[in-house]
Amino acid sequence: MSGNTAVFLAELTVLILAIFLGIEVISKVPTLLHTPLMSGTNAIHGIVIVGAILITGANLHSTLAQIVGFFAMVLASANVVGGFAVTDRMLEMFKGK
Amino acid sequence: MSANLTTLAYLPTIVAFILALKFLSSPKHARLGNQLGAVGMALAIAVTLAQKHFYGLGYGIIAIGGVIGGTIGWVGARKVKMTDMPQMVALFNGVGGGAVALVALVEFHEKAGLPGRIIWNESGAIIISALIGSISFAGSMIAFGKLQGLVGDRPIVWKGQRVGNILLLLIGITAGAIILGGHSYQLIWLLLIEIAGALAFGVMFVLPIGGADMPVVISLLNACTGLSAAAAGFELRQNVLIVSGMLVGSSGTLLTLMMCHAMNRSLGNVIFGAFGQIQAGGGEGASNEGLTVRSTTAEDVAIMLAYAHKVIIVPGYGLAVAQAQHDVRQLADLLTARGVSVEYAIHPVAGRMPGHMNVLLAEANVPYTQLKEMDDINSEFPQTDVSLVIGANDVVNPAARSDSTSPIYGMPILDVDKSKAVVVLKRSMNPGFAGIENHLFYEPETSMLFGDAKDSILKLIAAVKAV
Repeated sequence: MSGNTAVFLAELTVLILAIFLGIEVISKVPTLLHTPLMSGTNAIHGIVIVGAILITGANLHSTLAQIVGFFAMVLASANVVGGFAVTDRMLEMFKGK
Repeated sequence: MSANLTTLAYLPTIVAFILALKFLSSPKHARLGNQLGAVGMALAIAVTLAQKHFYGLGYGIIAIGGVIGGTIGWVGARKVKMTDMPQMVALFNGVGGGAVALVALVEFHEKAGLPGRIIWNESGAIIISALIGSISFAGSMIAFGKLQGLVGDRPIVWKGQRVGNILLLLIGITAGAIILGGHSYQLIWLLLIEIAGALAFGVMFVLPIGGADMPVVISLLNACTGLSAAAAGFELRQNVLIVSGMLVGSSGTLLTLMMCHAMNRSLGNVIFGAFGQIQAGGGEGASNEGLTVRSTTAEDVAIMLAYAHKVIIVPGYGLAVAQAQHDVRQLADLLTARGVSVEYAIHPVAGRMPGHMNVLLAEANVPYTQLKEMDDINSEFPQTDVSLVIGANDVVNPAARSDSTSPIYGMPILDVDKSKAVVVLKRSMNPGFAGIENHLFYEPETSMLFGDAKDSILKLIAAVKAV
């Protein structure tokens, strides 16, 4: 088995485990919190900012990478900051008696 | 930093995201969880910036892009009204999907420029993340436009729509398959065709869906963006993206199915049903002829409320539109001070996204302990003196239980018709969002208080004070 295939299979294993983990952790979330849940998970997929940083910083010989990477950075950071900030604003309002 | 060290440094981020989702199970810890998630994200960004030695220009572009995007996100998040939350989530979701597609585009461009073929699993991941990310971006933007009133709210349908949509998707998939299988793997225009097809499909697949179903679509697209981010993890060989993206992908899919379940409809029906467009003749099984509506005054309702033992308030989107959450709370406080037991019955799909009504009431400082979920409160209606329905319609329509010809037949509803008296605050007799006639309004125990929800509640407050 080539090195690439071995790594790929390890990645696939991680993916499968994440599927079940995702279902497991949110199955107990009450409908009370479904809107913050949606916007909170929304913020988490902003992790693509890692990808945006990598492609922008690592491809310096390429003008296309820099231009497209710039827009990817704008979009991904709007996702991250907006997602977490709006979720925090919502959850701040939930108070007990 | 070495690659192994980086992978290790990303692990706390993964743990933080898992805990963030887990802490959302209780309103007590939810905020802490979200903050933990934000810290995890900040850590991931720091690790990424440290792992490679970028040139100054690279850091500069990253910083400028990050500041611009971050400012847009921050201002949007602070300024948005709680009633507009669904379109805000759609917007933030769309930009995430767009970022995934752009990352895929650059990855492909750079790797295709190198000698030799791109490794099959990496090019496969590029194709999948570009496809799903683009669909998510375009679909979310249309969903945003619909909820914001920029695009027609009602479903837009035309002949041959489904065939056309499938064709668009096929164009995208075929272009991707040629890249993966053929010798023209290095041709970037093939990837651009794939992205164009996916963007067009995203637009076309959301256009025919009515505004009432938009939350389900947003939730589905949220899961899609997660999935595309996971695919991006395969193309960049980063576990942190695979795990985080897939966490969102699977939890988002579950949430989408839960929402469909709350409306008793299948996901296919939501996406292809063009709901809200065909209901003109809905519920033919029973006609309204010969039925009368009893209109009442604020003074009469105030007396009913003031001398009741138990009152349940059923808020709907009409309440939010009228911005009457704070006034409702004031009314509830007045009644509580008189010794009346007041609770809120929240239907899972009340408002414009699941749990939306809870957010709106929390904003008005209603303690979440008073907010009761449907399954917990339905058994209490028979002991309830007055159910006060404010701007809700379909979620209290008894046709969902009894009339098998009704489009909402089978949807779980709040059994307000079982309480001793029902007062419905409503602007007019127009049918609700889904355009379905409601027989609750014609029941003998029901009285209608017509007018703007906010005006009516203010009148009720004055009248209760005068009792």
